[in-house]
Amino acid sequence: MSESVDTQVAGNGFEPMIVAFFCNWCTYMAADLAGTSRMKYAPNVRVIRVMCSGRVDPQFVLDAMAQGADGVLLGGCHPGDCHYQEGNYKALRRYRLLKRLLTDLGIDEERIRLEWISAAEADRLRDVVNEMTEQIRSLGPANLQVPQEQFVKPVPISLEVSV
Amino acid sequence: MTEANLSAGNGNGSPRIGVYVCHCGTNISATIDVVAARDVAENLPGVVLSREYKYMCSDPGQEIIKDDIRELGLDRIVVASCSPCLHEETFRNAIADGGLNPYFFQMVNIREHASWVHKDIKAATAKANDLIRAAVRRVRFHRPLEARRVPIDPRVLVVGGGIAGIHSALTLADAGKKVYLVEREPSIGGHMAMFDKTFPTLDCAACILTPKMTQVRAHPNIEVMTMSEVVEIDGFVGNYRAKIKHKPRYILEDACVGCLECIDVCVFRNGKTPDEFNLGLSKRKPIYIPFPQAVPQVVLIDPEGCIEFRTGRCKKTCVEVCAERNAIDFTQEETFSEVEIGSVIISTGFKAFDARRLPQYGYGRLDPVYTALEVERLVNASGPTEGEIVLRDGSKPKKVGIIHCIGSRDKNTNVHCSRVCCMYSLKLAHLVKEKTDAEIYEFFIDMRTGGKGFEEFMLRVKEEGVTMIRGKVAEVYPEAGNTGRVVLQAEDTFLGMVRKIPVDMVILATGIEPQADAEDVRRTFNISCSTGGFFTERHPKLAPVSTFTDGVFLAGACQAPKDIPDTVAQAGAAAAEALALIDAGHIELEPNTAFVVEEECSGCKTCVGLCPFSAIGYDEGKASINEVLCKGCGTCVAACPSGSIRQNLFEDEEIFEEIVGVMANV
Amino acid sequence: MSDKPKVAFYWCASCGGCEEAIVDLAEQLLDVAAAVEIVFWPVAVDGKRSDIEAMEDGEILATFINGAIRTTEQEEMVHLLRQKSQVLLAFGSCAHLGGIPGLANQFDRETILETVFDSTPSTVNPEKVRPQLEFTENGHSVDLPGFYETVRTLDQVTEVDYIVPGCAPTPNIIGGAVGALLSGDDLPPAGTVLAPDTALCDECGRKETKPEVVAISEWKRPHEVLIDEDLCLLAQGLVCLGPATRAGCGSLCIGANMPCSGCFGPTSRVRDYGGKALGAIASLVDSDDEAEIDKILAGIPDPVGTFYRYSLPASRLRRAPMERPLEVAAPKGE
Repeated sequence: MSESVDTQVAGNGFEPMIVAFFCNWCTYMAADLAGTSRMKYAPNVRVIRVMCSGRVDPQFVLDAMAQGADGVLLGGCHPGDCHYQEGNYKALRRYRLLKRLLTDLGIDEERIRLEWISAAEADRLRDVVNEMTEQIRSLGPANLQVPQEQFVKPVPISLEVSV
Repeated sequence: MTEANLSAGNGNGSPRIGVYVCHCGTNISATIDVVAARDVAENLPGVVLSREYKYMCSDPGQEIIKDDIRELGLDRIVVASCSPCLHEETFRNAIADGGLNPYFFQMVNIREHASWVHKDIKAATAKANDLIRAAVRRVRFHRPLEARRVPIDPRVLVVGGGIAGIHSALTLADAGKKVYLVEREPSIGGHMAMFDKTFPTLDCAACILTPKMTQVRAHPNIEVMTMSEVVEIDGFVGNYRAKIKHKPRYILEDACVGCLECIDVCVFRNGKTPDEFNLGLSKRKPIYIPFPQAVPQVVLIDPEGCIEFRTGRCKKTCVEVCAERNAIDFTQEETFSEVEIGSVIISTGFKAFDARRLPQYGYGRLDPVYTALEVERLVNASGPTEGEIVLRDGSKPKKVGIIHCIGSRDKNTNVHCSRVCCMYSLKLAHLVKEKTDAEIYEFFIDMRTGGKGFEEFMLRVKEEGVTMIRGKVAEVYPEAGNTGRVVLQAEDTFLGMVRKIPVDMVILATGIEPQADAEDVRRTFNISCSTGGFFTERHPKLAPVSTFTDGVFLAGACQAPKDIPDTVAQAGAAAAEALALIDAGHIELEPNTAFVVEEECSGCKTCVGLCPFSAIGYDEGKASINEVLCKGCGTCVAACPSGSIRQNLFEDEEIFEEIVGVMANV
Repeated sequence: MSDKPKVAFYWCASCGGCEEAIVDLAEQLLDVAAAVEIVFWPVAVDGKRSDIEAMEDGEILATFINGAIRTTEQEEMVHLLRQKSQVLLAFGSCAHLGGIPGLANQFDRETILETVFDSTPSTVNPEKVRPQLEFTENGHSVDLPGFYETVRTLDQVTEVDYIVPGCAPTPNIIGGAVGALLSGDDLPPAGTVLAPDTALCDECGRKETKPEVVAISEWKRPHEVLIDEDLCLLAQGLVCLGPATRAGCGSLCIGANMPCSGCFGPTSRVRDYGGKALGAIASLVDSDDEAEIDKILAGIPDPVGTFYRYSLPASRLRRAPMERPLEVAAPKGE
């Protein structure tokens, strides 16, 4: 393995898995531009394209985390710049409440992030991805999957007192 | 279509998926193990075939897909290659050729989003595999769709009446299309109308521009709206509606014949207001015409300066002389109108850099310092001095210094090169020398003369005896002894010494910046700006006048600094793009609209107010979406609390499957 | 032995309201009782686990289980009843979605035990005695069921045929379910929730009073305002979850001038009730400014309790992250 930005593995060997939902017009384009500009950033993000950040159903975020994502990154157009006029505001409203719900549940707030990244801001895209990867790497795995419980010693169940 | 969609294929059948991993030469294969990716894809559920190939987008690449569809009965296709923005259309067409619904396709972006942005082959390949897996899982749920066809309104809105707007408007109008040309100044003409001669041919700007302006005025297909601005636009490609604000001119445009008698008889004997067109180098009256060749040939009143507006007690000699024409109307107010158009050309031009932002050059503080645009007016025969180059103190300059790159190529102001300054500086050097025989010093960083006849022109100016000094002027300061002259201090990097040259006149070659309100324009038209603030073209090479908003095109310096020939070329291109759209008669839109499943809808109306396009109606207890108005953002889908709205191409199921796909290896 | 179909009822982690709901069938109950033989119903009929164990597999036509699964005993009992029943029904919100007891999934077991047996002000337990799984004295030993870290829904423990939703299920829903079972024909596919698959607004008496555009600049709680008895509750700024909640209850709460709190759970199209409901409710906030949005959303003081009141164990996350993760990892979600 080369010692590129790709592979700065922390001591514990933990590599965060981040699921991203990027809007087609701004953040997805920024990621395309980062590509054409040959910028290098952490390989920990998996982008799912939606037309607008307003399409992001909180269920998607919860589903990704339930399946083991260590973080979820939402990317939309800057306020006032939404290709669909105001979908990003809807995303913002949902995100603010969802983030509160998640932090109330005890999930680190750094694990869910909404960023406005315009089609021109490839550098910002790179920085956000690198920063979020770093933050989550230092937080460690999200460990949100519910463990199968087993009692060490199966207890004989009886409704009556055994004699 | 919606019912057909629901009953059509879903993920429960046994799909026959073909996966194609593109090398893109070495663009992908250098960083992603395409063979490994192919092997991983091969073992995914539903995949009957997985291939890797050098260039999937090439004709042979497309043929492979078509053949496989026919021979193996593939019914879903996944191509892992570049961004869908680039080749989604290519592959959809190929798939349609192969006999499959083109939307039974999913593209995976493993170039822009993986191979180009990562170095580590293992990590990049793992990412590519995850993305391919997501696409394979998703594509199973794709439904057959049809592109939406919408008709194109043949009328075009051109925003900005400089040379770019004029040329676009004329091209379209000559082709028989109706054009609305909106200009916020009192006359069309833009910056070009202010120039004297144009480089490198030295033909007179007015001589080539004025006929075009007159043509615009006379053209039956062009409606010119001056003192007007587009304040709102809605609709979509082919079917836009623009709201236009008209500022009051206080003159009835139709009644004014442009005799200009009102200006002569105005109670002000002499002008008191700095003349905007002459950049304040002369004064004008409160009733005036911006410049002699203005189009329309209609005066206007500046209420700030007019006695009638200020006191209500003017003798109104203007009204008197206008007599029965009765063109003056002090009661005019701002009005709004609406036009319907199918496409828009944005040609809002540029703003010259404000030289006051670099105080070391003394502009606005030291009398001998001028901007290039001011000097354009000075050398212009219809300018404030009728073409005489006289300084503010009335004298003629004997020594002139020209400083390049003011507000260009400077990280403190603008990083970009303004492209025209070297050439216009040489042109001004030539003109000033011709008119005054002054000694001229050009201070440049690099002499950029890339263009037809440009280098030749530079050599000619050099031969005329203009002194070229390579070095950035550090400071302009008054010469000791109250001579009225200023000293240019610069390091001459050819001679390797600091030079201090006293001159009578300094010309600052100010650069090109985006208009101050480019941000507002950008928002109004829903287009984007590049880092420097110029509007972003859809693709820097292949779609240089298109934007990400279909039917909105760019022309001229609003997109990037450019000279007149490039501007005109781009204006022609923008007009041609609009014509192509119009002549096609219709456009196909991505079928990514949302629809309400009627029997599932509870009529809670959550969605109704969320739609920015008023596409959702409510009737008889159910919501319904007007497919024509829906633009496919999916906001209502995410909000629908009972999951009763779906979005074609972005169904919940499809997105959930993508999540499973990318997470499957965790 | 009677040849009437055999029916059983069992309760797990629940409040007893579901049992009341059966009694609430009133005269209808007599018809039901006449039509079936109740072989097991700990709250009302004497019976032993051994009686069930002695039955043939599938001997019981239908078992209604209410309550979430919290203890080892509950888990064992539902496995046993599953084995002996042709049809297993999750009865009520707790069995369906985890219910109110499921809100315990915000905490680890240790936190819960510590709260209950130590830290609450009303607790006097200086020796910090905790229940033991097994306790022996004078040669006699007693057992207690094991207490799991995580509350589960019935279908997370065993296969469930039908779901009778509600906290508690309303008489019409119960009647419909029992009627369908006894008639035997036209049974819906397994896994079906026996209630309409649209949201509550569909049957809400206030539906037409809801304006087409609802934009909320202040969320209010029921005790803070005088609630108009005719107007849509959301339009009054109350968090009514009717739009996200399955219909079928006859909008009883709304009839009593209280907003829907979501006990019937989501429609079949929704995977995570709380996430979906939250998304819809947040979308109605009438601001585009982050600080103002936060201010308005502060009117919903407890998002978990509001949106997952009945469904935290059934949510995609199922519970808050464990403070001390268990060693054994679960197989991944589907």
